[in-house]
Amino acid sequence: MERLNVNPTRMMLTTLKKKLATATRGHKLMKDKRDELMKGFLELARENKELRARAEAALAEVYESFSVASAVMSQEVLEEALMFPKQGVELSVGGKNVMSVDVPVFDFKTAAEDQTDIFPYGYAGTSGELDSAIRHMAEVFPIMLELAAKEKEAAMLAAELERTRRRVNALEYVKIPQLQMTIKYIVMKLDENERGNQTRLMKVKDMILAEAIEEKRAADEQEYKEACS
Amino acid sequence: MYKIGVIGDRESILGFKAVGLDVFPCDAADEAKKVLKKIAKEDFAIIYVTEQLYQYMGEEIDQYKDSRLPAIIPIPNKDGSLGIGMANVRKSVERAVGADILFGGEE
Repeated sequence: MERLNVNPTRMMLTTLKKKLATATRGHKLMKDKRDELMKGFLELARENKELRARAEAALAEVYESFSVASAVMSQEVLEEALMFPKQGVELSVGGKNVMSVDVPVFDFKTAAEDQTDIFPYGYAGTSGELDSAIRHMAEVFPIMLELAAKEKEAAMLAAELERTRRRVNALEYVKIPQLQMTIKYIVMKLDENERGNQTRLMKVKDMILAEAIEEKRAADEQEYKEACS
Repeated sequence: MYKIGVIGDRESILGFKAVGLDVFPCDAADEAKKVLKKIAKEDFAIIYVTEQLYQYMGEEIDQYKDSRLPAIIPIPNKDGSLGIGMANVRKSVERAVGADILFGGEE
């Protein structure tokens, strides 16, 4: 692992130590978030899978009954019958917060007050097959709506989960080791400087001491000579 | 108030009109792309697209993948499912977890 290219100073050491503390804390939080997201997501994905299977099966049935209806009736009559739908859907979109992901929540209201009265045509020109096909469709519709909500939520959580996972990995395997490495490097460098300074001081002290002794000796000799003469 | 749209071939999606959805019959993928681009700007919260068209519209659909609205959901058409919807579920699991652990390799 490359260490950061910084000057080995005490100030940098303090900064890096603070950064390391932040990174470690961030890593822990991210990891918690990832675990929690994963838990929620797996459950959601499982539900999503089941719901999709159910919706696809139900839709297949709807298509089947519609093709029966269109076999009995001509295409023009069928289209004319469905031209102005009586039933309408009012969809309101709320939001909920799942681990800081803003997930849409769909809430729908059907416009027709009477759920049995959703057929937008008189019964004279159309066949009974169409009635049952439309009733079928009305039954399947809530499942499809639920599917849309689940699928969107799953996709958004998946994206967030991917991001979080990458961040955790980047912190764990790049950022934190790099900081640790650099801190170690600076500590070593500072210690080395300290030791260098120590020896230099000792050396200087020896030199000064030797000089002082020399001076003292010279002075003593001088005194001795004066006393003799 | 938001709306729900359906894009697909005429015969398949006619029935959705009966329950009050806005249907946009398209026969070719190019046409469907244009329609999608247009209605994505309006207040459609959910857009169902038949898999037969969905498979050719990957690029357009990816644009809306990470945005909150609209939700673009593949549905089978009258000829049956192509398995794209299921593949999407699996893909999102793979994206999130890094490996497919839900489907256990089944196709």
